[in-house]
Amino acid sequence: MPKVTFVSADGRETTLTAQNGQSVMQVAMVNGVEGIVAECGGSAMCATCHVYVDTPFVHLAAPASEIENEMLDCVASQRRPGSRLSCQIQMSDALDGLRVFLPETQQ
Amino acid sequence: MTQPGVVIIGGGQAGLQVALSLRQLGFDKPIQIVSDEPVLPYQRPPLSKTYLADGNFDQLVLRGQAALDAQQVDVLLATRAEAIDRKARSVSLSDGRTLPYEHLVLATGTRPRRLPLAGSDLQNVHELRTLAQAERLRTAMSAAASIAIVGGGFIGLEVAAFARSAGKKVTVIEAGSRILERSVSAAVSAHLLQLHRRDGIEIRYRIGAGRILGTADGRVTGLLLADDAVVDADLVLLAAGAVPNDDLARGAGLQTGNGILVDTALRTLDPCIWAVGDCVDFPAPRGRLRLESVQNAVEQAKCVARNIVGGNEAFGIVPWFWSDQGRYKLQIAGLTAGADDVLVRKTEDSDRLAAICFRDGTFTGVETVNAPADHMAARTLLARTTGLTRKDFEDANLDLKSLVGSAT
Ligand SMILES: Cc1cc2nc3c(=O)[nH]c(=O)nc-3n(C[C@H](O)[C@H](O)[C@H](O)COP(=O)(O)OP(=O)(O)OC[C@H]3O[C@@H](n4cnc5c(N)ncnc54)[C@H](O)[C@@H]3O)c2cc1C
Ligand code: FES
Repeated sequence: MPKVTFVSADGRETTLTAQNGQSVMQVAMVNGVEGIVAECGGSAMCATCHVYVDTPFVHLAAPASEIENEMLDCVASQRRPGSRLSCQIQMSDALDGLRVFLPETQQ
Repeated sequence: MTQPGVVIIGGGQAGLQVALSLRQLGFDKPIQIVSDEPVLPYQRPPLSKTYLADGNFDQLVLRGQAALDAQQVDVLLATRAEAIDRKARSVSLSDGRTLPYEHLVLATGTRPRRLPLAGSDLQNVHELRTLAQAERLRTAMSAAASIAIVGGGFIGLEVAAFARSAGKKVTVIEAGSRILERSVSAAVSAHLLQLHRRDGIEIRYRIGAGRILGTADGRVTGLLLADDAVVDADLVLLAAGAVPNDDLARGAGLQTGNGILVDTALRTLDPCIWAVGDCVDFPAPRGRLRLESVQNAVEQAKCVARNIVGGNEAFGIVPWFWSDQGRYKLQIAGLTAGADDVLVRKTEDSDRLAAICFRDGTFTGVETVNAPADHMAARTLLARTTGLTRKDFEDANLDLKSLVGSAT
């Protein structure tokens, strides 16, 4: 089962095991990782599950949809090249070892 | 005996959030959540959306058992709170136990409105609020060819869109003068009506369901409408709104109206008892409100947690809501119900639409379909006390974001 590491804004790392098909947001929620709010529960409608995907993994995740791309323009912390909505990234073996950085704020 | 702490009745989104926020604020006494459902707190919105497709509960659960244990939040599953003894400050439970409390939080949510509809006891008549109901609906839906939905509200339309995309014949019956009548402007109702009809969903409004038809052995065959028309269906979903679970509060002598009555700090008339989420009738600037949304549940929960640890904060938010209806993403920023003036922005070549709403000349919010950036811009505009007028919106072109930059 693939692993994912969350790095908080102040540098604390949490590594968790995900199920294939589980969203990165859901991995954070179930395990109580702070720094992801996920108000809309994964519909790409709230932009409060924003993460910065570590560069080596950016091209491994399926690209953002048009709606996600538009929501990313509206995130509370700055949008950067690795910015994604974590609810839209599904874990898979290809993403094993994924590292995502959490932004300063989600709201 | 352990000291009493906070007892929360209802293990939904609001109840869980009270517990998590209390811990975040350093509250160190016991926290117990009493939940009459057999599973850990989960999100309901996907029940009418993705869950119908994938049936994956793991995607719904809000916190796993390990995370709850780590926070020392005790969830009593499949247990009902039966009565509140305000004098003794305790709650009696269905398993015979009595839980003492220092503070009690009512987070009991709502239940589907029961229509007095003959035939409701036939097999394959469904309601949708809980995971158990969603699972039953999901299973039945995979075997159904035609589905009739009573109620053209959010849940009815979301399920309709899913069922249609799964190839079912779908009919929605709405008694009001248009779909989503209580929730959105006429412009957005009309737009969604057209989109759903284009996808092949049959929608009838201004017509009530008379009775559910079935065979002698109890199988559903359709709906008889008030005008004697018959809608053939092998599955019926009743989705005509929800009523607040406020009986427990009423039984304890607390005031109820359209839900459990609270003051601006979300406290009932008993200073030790608070209420949060869908079950709450709370005061707002334009009159009392009861909102059924995740944002309201979560923000009220946070507010009550702060007040329990000594705050005296009045609850106030810029409301927002979303409803995924298949390919159509409806979002509402602000309180747009009751708008008396609506400015519609629509592009002919796409499904996008933004309805900018005003009431008594004041900007009250924006309803959008497939226009998330406009929605987010509207939330930013509403959070400021801008005094924006209709003219400001007439001048800006489709991009509401341009106003965010210019308004102060
Ligand atoms: C199908 C569906 C789709 C939705 N879609 C959206 C959406 O897209 N966007 C949005 O913002 N909102 C949506 N909502 C609304 C949202 O889910 C609610 O606003 C939210 O769940 C409210 O949380 P709550 O904690 O107040 O109530 P609930 O989640 O209903 O939780 C209340 C809990 O208390 C329990 N309970 C009641 N009485 C007792 C008792 N005496 N003892 C023990 N337990 C008790 C109930 O069984 C329930 O488990 C949807 C709701 C449904 C049902
Ligand atoms: S959870 Fe709302 S956008 Fe990801």
